[in-house]
Amino acid sequence: MHTTVGSAERVALSLRALYNQYGYSQYKMSKFEEYDLYARNKDFLISDGVITFTDLSGKLMALKPDVTLSIVKNSKDCAGVRKLYYNENVYRVTKGAHGYREIMQVGLEAIGDVDAYTICEVLLLAAKSLRAISDAAVLDISHLGLLSELMAFIGVPDDKEAQLVKFISEKNAHEMTDLCRGCGISEENISLLRSLFAMNGAPKCVLPELKALLSGKVSDAALAQFEAVICALEGSGVEDLLRIDFSVVDDMHYYNGFVFKGFINGLPGSLLSGGQYDNLMDKMKRSDRAIGFAVYTDLLERLEQPADPYDVDTVLLYDAGCSLSDIRRQAQSLTAQGISVLVQQTRPENIRFRQLLKLSGNEVKLLENNA
Amino acid sequence: MKTMLNVALPKGRLGEKVYAMFEKAGFPCPSIKENNRKLIFENEECGVRYFWVKPSDVAIYVERGAADIGVAGKDILLEYEPDIYELLDLDLGKCRMCVAAMSGWRDDTRRTLRVATKFSNIAQNYYCSKGRDIDIIHLNGSIEIAPILGLSDVIVDIVETGTTLKENDLLVYDTIVPISARLIANKASYKFKGSEIDSIVTSISSQLEEGK
Repeated sequence: MHTTVGSAERVALSLRALYNQYGYSQYKMSKFEEYDLYARNKDFLISDGVITFTDLSGKLMALKPDVTLSIVKNSKDCAGVRKLYYNENVYRVTKGAHGYREIMQVGLEAIGDVDAYTICEVLLLAAKSLRAISDAAVLDISHLGLLSELMAFIGVPDDKEAQLVKFISEKNAHEMTDLCRGCGISEENISLLRSLFAMNGAPKCVLPELKALLSGKVSDAALAQFEAVICALEGSGVEDLLRIDFSVVDDMHYYNGFVFKGFINGLPGSLLSGGQYDNLMDKMKRSDRAIGFAVYTDLLERLEQPADPYDVDTVLLYDAGCSLSDIRRQAQSLTAQGISVLVQQTRPENIRFRQLLKLSGNEVKLLENNA
Repeated sequence: MKTMLNVALPKGRLGEKVYAMFEKAGFPCPSIKENNRKLIFENEECGVRYFWVKPSDVAIYVERGAADIGVAGKDILLEYEPDIYELLDLDLGKCRMCVAAMSGWRDDTRRTLRVATKFSNIAQNYYCSKGRDIDIIHLNGSIEIAPILGLSDVIVDIVETGTTLKENDLLVYDTIVPISARLIANKASYKFKGSEIDSIVTSISSQLEEGK
């Protein structure tokens, strides 16, 4: 029987090594946050539910549903960029589940003077994180700053923005068109939005088209920064994973600028999600900027290799009269050959084994061979 | 081995119409027309696998990746809110999500409005947008009898022709949203089988244009 470290644990280890390589240090969260922190930023959280309890001083505390909020809260404004990663369990209600789950999450955050290089590095690490898991991966990249400038240019009313963003996230061109027509947006601008929708592919192909489409409609600085960051990833060894896709959106009350999602072939949803969250920093009255991402390693169990048909290689039964040292010696000799062994007096039920051995006196007999 | 595109079709007449569109789009699977109780049909040559599922379950199959694409009613998408791409309005199975009540009914805003429905989420969102306090009574069928028996003040339900409402002395008071069948795709599948999915979308779009 071949026992392997589970995908989630193996990935977590390799991601930690990767983030260490780029100077990120581990953030360890060993205390509980007050519930208020999560209640104030409810929309930032993936799940609505938070497990709460009252601590010894009577304060309402919570089991963390998210790590980013704690990192932001516990890091102070200072010069430079603080680069942190975490590997923590979070407690969430997942969609469709009727209860909370403990989920292992790995992620990183860069907080402080986040410049174009930092953004580029985080995108690189996001892509490398996906590559560490599978070669068949895609990192979709979008830019909420460009999107919101474009929405302002074409005159989307404020109260329709959220609905429009939802349609964009669904690649729902038909309802987006109806909504825009209902708001009196010109056919020319609707077709502009539809073209943005349709753009989806490798940066090399999409960037020139995107520039031509958005030029004069969004600020040159925003477009130039987007292009500069994407182009800087050329030659990084992960450029084949990158796709520009403006259907990647996130809550614009928290996120701005670059947002991205990672997908692995074989998993039904996104495995990695991240972006620049300067608006959250503003909400928390912080002057520094931030970007980060999380990898939902719990989803990796869907990628596990087919299970071994046997639970254990050998079951070794022994008589009550066998000497302890004989039993120990037989078990040890099997394990020394790399054979896993379950030692007990009676034949186990519901255990699949390759062979069944019986130790009587100091003699071993083969009772069953299923291999 | 050719990658298979998994398609979840809603059982029934709508599914048959949709299959005809897929067939025309270059993804035929003749065995699906055989009269038997099989639920999964495959055409390895064309790289497509169809399966019949309960219409209300299509979105779940697609969201969870068991199907790459599928066809689901907008009512199900609004109610369940799956994290999927909605690529096309197929203009089939058209109806409306409506608020209906006994003829002569007037909304008494001093009281909580009792709403009987199968679509709790849609009803909740609709009345929330209007700032109206409601009490949802979730039912699984025969919604129309709820106001007649005094179980609810109004119902939120799908109206196709309005005959059932009429025969039960109910009137439509408001249309919440028009409903039709939509072509949906799993987000991750779209990343890895995008060209196949796009070719289906393009072909079905032109079939719809031709039919107009």
